[in-house]
Amino acid sequence: MDNDLKNSERFADIEPRRHFLGLAAIGTAMLALGTALIGVLRLPMPSIFPESNPRVKLGPAGRFADTEVTSLPENRLWIYSDPQGLYAVSAVCTHLGCIVSRAEDGGYFCPCHGSRFDASGAVVAGPAPRALIYLELALSPDGQLVVDQQKEVAPDVRLTV
Amino acid sequence: MPEQTIEMAHDERESSAGVTRRFAENVWNLPRTFRESAIRHGRPTSDRAASQAIFTNFFLHILPARIHRYSLQLKATLGLGVISLVLFGLLTFTGVTLMIYYKPSTIGAYDSMKDIQYVVPTGRLMRNIHRWSAHAMVACVVLHMARVFFTGAYSKPRELNWVVGIVLLVLTLALSFTGYLLPWDQLAFWAVTIGSAIAESPKEVTDAVGITSWFDIGGMTKHLLLGANHVGQEALIRFYLLHVIVLPLVTTVLIGLHFWRIRKDGGLTRPRSEDALPDDTATAPEAAPSKTYGLMAVVPGKTPAVDRALANTIPTWPNALYAIGALSMLTLAAMLLLGYFFDAPLAELANPAVPENPAKAPWYFLGLQEMVSYSAFMGGIGIPTLIVIGLCLVPYVDRERAGIGGWFGTGGGKSVCLLSGLFTLIVTVGLLAFTVNYGWLRNAYPDIQQWIITLVNPGTVLLVVLTLWSAAVTWTTNSTRLGALALFSCLLVGFVILTYFATVHRGPNWDFYWWPSQWPTH
Repeated sequence: MDNDLKNSERFADIEPRRHFLGLAAIGTAMLALGTALIGVLRLPMPSIFPESNPRVKLGPAGRFADTEVTSLPENRLWIYSDPQGLYAVSAVCTHLGCIVSRAEDGGYFCPCHGSRFDASGAVVAGPAPRALIYLELALSPDGQLVVDQQKEVAPDVRLTV
Repeated sequence: MPEQTIEMAHDERESSAGVTRRFAENVWNLPRTFRESAIRHGRPTSDRAASQAIFTNFFLHILPARIHRYSLQLKATLGLGVISLVLFGLLTFTGVTLMIYYKPSTIGAYDSMKDIQYVVPTGRLMRNIHRWSAHAMVACVVLHMARVFFTGAYSKPRELNWVVGIVLLVLTLALSFTGYLLPWDQLAFWAVTIGSAIAESPKEVTDAVGITSWFDIGGMTKHLLLGANHVGQEALIRFYLLHVIVLPLVTTVLIGLHFWRIRKDGGLTRPRSEDALPDDTATAPEAAPSKTYGLMAVVPGKTPAVDRALANTIPTWPNALYAIGALSMLTLAAMLLLGYFFDAPLAELANPAVPENPAKAPWYFLGLQEMVSYSAFMGGIGIPTLIVIGLCLVPYVDRERAGIGGWFGTGGGKSVCLLSGLFTLIVTVGLLAFTVNYGWLRNAYPDIQQWIITLVNPGTVLLVVLTLWSAAVTWTTNSTRLGALALFSCLLVGFVILTYFATVHRGPNWDFYWWPSQWPTH
C-alpha cells in the first residue's frame, strides 16, 4: 500500500517541460505579490515629517553675541560666541539620541551610556561613534538668529554678527 | 426515522392539545437538550470515552487523547510552556481591559494612565497584573527555551518548532518593547528614544563605509518605526498598533503552530528509555476509536506510532487537564498576588528636553543596554542578530541523536555545562572589570577609527571568546551536541551576568557603582 502511494502515476515522471511551466507560474505569482508588497510597504514610510520646520528663530542675534555660551534646552543646543562669531552645538548625543549635559570644564557628558566629549565636541570616551554636531546658523532679515536643526556644518564655521 | 416523525406529526395534528403538550415538554426540557447539544458526552466513564471527550471538543483537541506518562512529570517540562501560554492569555485579557480607557495620544496617554491608576475601579490592579505578567512571560519564555535546549528537544524532528519558538521569543520581546512606550512617561520616552536610535545604528556602519548618502538602511528603519525623526505622536500610534493588533495576532497564530507541531512531531520529547515496553504488553489499554487515524492511513510514514506509543500512556482526561488546570491557577494566583502588592512604576510625564539619568530599559533588555554602551550597532543589532541566527541553526548543525530527551544529554553533558558557565563567569567578569577600570580603545587612542571600535569592543570580544570556547569543546569532545550545550550555557550565563551587572552596578551617566545606594543625589 505504501509503495502504491509513493509511486502513484500522478506523481511519477513529471516532464521537465511541465516542471518548468509550473515553476514559471509560481515565480510569476511570487514576483507579482512581492512587487505589491513593496508597494504597500511604501505606505508606512513617512513622506511628510510631522515635526515643525527645522529652521527655528532663537531671538535677537545681538543677545547671543554678548554672552559666551547660551543654553537652549527647548531646542536641544548651545549657542557659543567667540571673537570670530557665533556657532551652535547640538545637545543630541551621537550615540543613541540622549541629551548631553555640559560639564564644568566645558566638555560634555551623556547620562545614558557614559559618552564623554571635550570642549570642541570630540569624543573622549564612551560609545559615541562621532563628535557632537555643529548646526548651521543664519540671520533672518529682522535680525533674529536662526538655526537649522537638520543641517550640519564644519566645526570651524562661524556666523559673524 | 424521518418517516416516523412525519407520521407522528400527522397523527397529532388533529388535537391541538397534543402539540401544546409537546411544546411545553420541549420548553421544560430545554436546559437538558441545550446542554446535550453543547456537550455531547457526559463525564467519561471509560478510557475510550475519555479519549472521545478530548478530541470531540474544539478547545481540547489541541491535546492528544492520551499522553505519555513521562510528559506529565514536572521534570519533563517544568510546565514552562503552559505557564507562558497562560500568561499570554492573562496579558490579552488585562490588555483589553486597559484599552477601554487608554488613549494613544501624546496629550491623552499619560492622563489616561493616571485615570487607570487612580480613578478606574480595579484599573490599577489590571495594569499591575499586565506589567508583571509581561515580565514573567519574558522570564518563562527564556527559561522554556533553556529547558528545551538542555533536554535536546530541538533535534529532529523538532527542528522547525525550535525555530518557531525562537521567533516567538523575539515576538515576546517586541511586545514588551512596544508596550513600554504607551504610558508616555519619562521612562517610556527615553527607553524608546534609545531603542529607535538603535534601529538607526546601522548608520554607524554605513557611515564608516561611506555609503549613508545613498543607502541609509538605519534611517529607513527608524522612519518606518517612528514615522518621524523623533519619538512623538506618530511613533506612539505606530507602537500602539503593533502592540495591540499586529504583534498579538502574529503571536497567536505562531503559538497555534507551535502547539500543533508538538503533536505532529510526536508529542513532548522524552528519553528513549521511557518508551521501553513493559513485560506484560497485554495490559495495553483499550485503543482509541480507529477513525482518528483515518486520515493518517493515506499518508505513508510512522507518525502515529500506534502500537508502541500507547503502552506507556495515560488518558489526557483527566490527568493532563488537572496538571494544566493546576498550573494555570497557580500562575493566576501568583500574578494576582504580585499585582495586588506591587505597583507597576509610572514616572513623570515624558519630557523630550531632559533624559532620565540613568535611563534604564526593563531588566530583560539591560544586558543588551550594557553591550550597547560599547557599540550601538554591535550591541543593539549585530550581536543579537548573530545570536538569534546561531540559535536557529543549532538543530541543523548538531544532529546527534544520543541522549535526546533527558536533561543535559549523556556523557558529561552536565559537566560541560557547568564548566562553560564557570568559564563565561570568569571571562565576563574579567572583561567588565577591565572595561570599568581602563575604558576601551578610545581611552588609549583618542583618534581611533570608529569602525575598529564597532568591530572590536567588549561585546564582540566576549562573543568571539565564547564561540571559540564552544568550538574547542566540540573538537575536544568530538561531539556537536556537547559543543551546542557549551555554547548555550555560555550565552545564558553571559546574558544573566550582563543583566545583573547593568541592573545593580550601573548608575547615573552609566558609571560603575557598587550599589544603587551610592548613586549621587542631585
